[in-house]
Amino acid sequence: MGRVVVNVMPKPEILDPQGKAVNGALPRLGFSQFVSVRQGKRFELEVDGEVTDEILAAARRAGETVLSNPVIEDVVDVYAEPAHAPSDEAGR
Amino acid sequence: MLTGARIGVVTFPGTLDDRDAARAVRLAGGEAVALWHADADLHAVDAVVLPGGFSYGDYLRAGAISRFAPVMGSIVDAANGGMPVLGICNGFQVLTEAHLLPGSMIKNDHLHFVCREQVLSVENVDTAWTRLYSVGERITVPLKNQDGQYVADEHTLDELEGEGRVVVRYRDWNPNGSRRDIAGITNAAGNVVGLMPHPEHAVEVGFGPDGPRGPRTGTDGLRFFASVIGSLVG
Repeated sequence: MGRVVVNVMPKPEILDPQGKAVNGALPRLGFSQFVSVRQGKRFELEVDGEVTDEILAAARRAGETVLSNPVIEDVVDVYAEPAHAPSDEAGR
Repeated sequence: MLTGARIGVVTFPGTLDDRDAARAVRLAGGEAVALWHADADLHAVDAVVLPGGFSYGDYLRAGAISRFAPVMGSIVDAANGGMPVLGICNGFQVLTEAHLLPGSMIKNDHLHFVCREQVLSVENVDTAWTRLYSVGERITVPLKNQDGQYVADEHTLDELEGEGRVVVRYRDWNPNGSRRDIAGITNAAGNVVGLMPHPEHAVEVGFGPDGPRGPRTGTDGLRFFASVIGSLVG
């Protein structure tokens, strides 16, 4: 099983109200070193078998047409990653 | 006072205001035709309303998944052919995701859900949905949204202003941070209109916002529906 990761972020010029709210909460928990937070989305697209160049290209197209709205968001990253990546282990 | 105008009202999974929209169509003298998201057949309607709600739970982005529903392909084709389409709230979000209208909606700048009676000024009375209003007229209709902040790049905003395509603007208070107080816009042809506030909730005495005749007497929204019926039969 292969996995493609697509990362989507709000465009830099678009106000990110959620990131701003998180940024406001951090100092209350003692994290005063961060001056700004922006919140984006990570999509994990899984396929049977290997992640080929064609699959990466299809993931890029899906990123541009469905997973992001180009008016307010940018696809910042599309890459293959092993299906047993650290995100599987998170929380264990 | 049935006019014979058939106005389709689309139901997506998570749509909330389809019944109110259908009732508004009937009160304005039209025949409301229920359209189902999974059915590409528009059942020979003369116009379509995309009502408010939280289609697909606003997953991915508000309106993003509904845009790919079978019925939307037919609506996009018909809209490009000149059929009047009105998107209210979530319906407006669907119209931007479908690229029938420019820009997009993001979360309200203050991050809270708003629900209030909102004053608007009508700025364009040449659209299929606003021809029974007068320019600069102030109307009051309910507004309720989470992702209601209208955004677009400066070039697009200038173009909308320059071409008179801002249909309604927030007055007295901008409830969500929308650029240039924009509450609703139209396409270049004037047949597609989208707005965040809810004209379909201000169509009947006893159930609308407070009006000049007393509490809950406001019916300022009714002319959106009467306008399109007038443009279809008149």
